[in-house]
Amino acid sequence: MKNVTVSNLSLVLAFALVLVSIAISAKEKLGLTKDILISVIRAIMELVIIGFVLKFIFHIDTLWLTAFSTLIIIFNASWNANERNPDSHKKLWSSIIAEAVGTYVTLSLLIVSGVIKPIPMQVIPITGMIAGNEMVTIGLCYKALNESFHDLRQQVLEKLALGSDIKMASMPIIRRSIKTAMQPTIDSAKTVGLVNLPGMMSGLIFAGVNPIYAIKYQIIITFMLLSATGLGAVISGYLAYKQYFNEQMQLRD
Amino acid sequence: MTIIELKNVDYQMGKRTILNNLSFGIKNGDFLTLIGPSGAGKSTILKLIANLISPSSGTIFYHGSDIQKLDPIKYRRQVMYCFQQPVLFGKTVKDNLPFPYQIRNKEVDLDRLDSLLKIVDSPAEFLNKEINSLSGGEKQRVALIRSIVFLPKVLLLDEVTTGLDGKSKEIVHRLIESVHRQGTTIVQVTHDQSEIQVAKNVLEIKSRGLVNEKCNG
Ligand SMILES: Nc1ncnc2c1ncn2[C@@H]1O[C@H](COP(=O)(O)OP(=O)(O)OP(=O)(O)O)[C@@H](O)[C@H]1O
Ligand SMILES: [Mg+2]
Repeated sequence: MKNVTVSNLSLVLAFALVLVSIAISAKEKLGLTKDILISVIRAIMELVIIGFVLKFIFHIDTLWLTAFSTLIIIFNASWNANERNPDSHKKLWSSIIAEAVGTYVTLSLLIVSGVIKPIPMQVIPITGMIAGNEMVTIGLCYKALNESFHDLRQQVLEKLALGSDIKMASMPIIRRSIKTAMQPTIDSAKTVGLVNLPGMMSGLIFAGVNPIYAIKYQIIITFMLLSATGLGAVISGYLAYKQYFNEQMQLRD
Repeated sequence: MTIIELKNVDYQMGKRTILNNLSFGIKNGDFLTLIGPSGAGKSTILKLIANLISPSSGTIFYHGSDIQKLDPIKYRRQVMYCFQQPVLFGKTVKDNLPFPYQIRNKEVDLDRLDSLLKIVDSPAEFLNKEINSLSGGEKQRVALIRSIVFLPKVLLLDEVTTGLDGKSKEIVHRLIESVHRQGTTIVQVTHDQSEIQVAKNVLEIKSRGLVNEKCNG
């Protein structure tokens, strides 16, 4: 693992990379300097804290603490997914259910099939990867729902007036939103290895693992993300569309 | 017998009062015509009756029960609203007319669709027509048939003949007449002078829902 240590000096020098984006922002008058600085500082602080927390959890190595960590990750991802929902009647629990089911089903399959061991060093990073990807997917699903309910409003009203239930009235919208949400995951699955070396695989190769092993992992990761984001999109879509209607089954303004 | 009754109905939109303390009843089997200036709230009244929106205060009764206490889906199948500018779904006429069957989990009755299409002078091949190729009048006919495949108890027509030529208007009138003859209560909104002249029961909606009853017949 000698090759993967980063000296503190290299870290400081790498900060020059941040200066590049700040310089661009300043020169092009993008007004992003403050945003960039804040996000960099936040990232540094969060990563330092996470680093120590992970070290602690790996050291303690109990099942309960590991399970608790996955809950925290899922809650955090749900919270962020929910923040991306433009609907003013959104409900946090729809994100939590979608995240929890998608993550735990996928995680269980991975553990049962022996792909990963139920140890914190494997469970926690994988949970983070699944929950993070799901968060993006669910956020996209929410945005697509919102846009479609706006674009297809008249059609939904028409169906309600014909005596349709809210599910039938929203079906084209739900389908379209789930599709939109899953598209990036499917697209990136198409280009794995050709265009982009995904993070997991890069990391393993970086750490000196035989690329053949790294590829096996990557294949599994790709499957895993398809499953998790699929579940996340479907569940969040079917839960969140209901919030566009009131208890009289009228489309809200 | 009164089938629909509005009692002290208010409708606010934000701070704006669209309807203020509106009360009137509609008799079962009636053919009522609502008239009034643009923006008076005629469409709003029909949407309230169809339970597509709810009054800010006041109550709407259907056969004596508060419609807010009824199952909205079953209710809307009996009290059907037809939009001023209908939107058809999907690509062809076929994507629209079976919809009422689909939402009731029923087999499509092609004979029934055929006979309805006949009333509006459209051949059965009409089902395969692309929506984008339909004229305004044809669209309105499809939308109307979609609403009456299962005969509603009350049909709320929001200016369904506006913008149609004489021939299309005549066909739509024929369809509405046939529905009315089968016992459906009709409430129509119109600006059309010829329709107003032949109307028996006319209710004039002035601004904010003040009403003025007139009887021609
Ligand atoms: N979605 C809406 N947003 C804002 N205002 C609305 C909306 N719908 C209706 N209104 C307002 O409510 C009032 C009544 O509208 P409504 O459509 O019921 O009138 P109307 O009598 O049907 O008019 P018209 O003859 O032009 O169809 C109008 O002043 C209109 O501006
Ligand atoms: Mg109107």
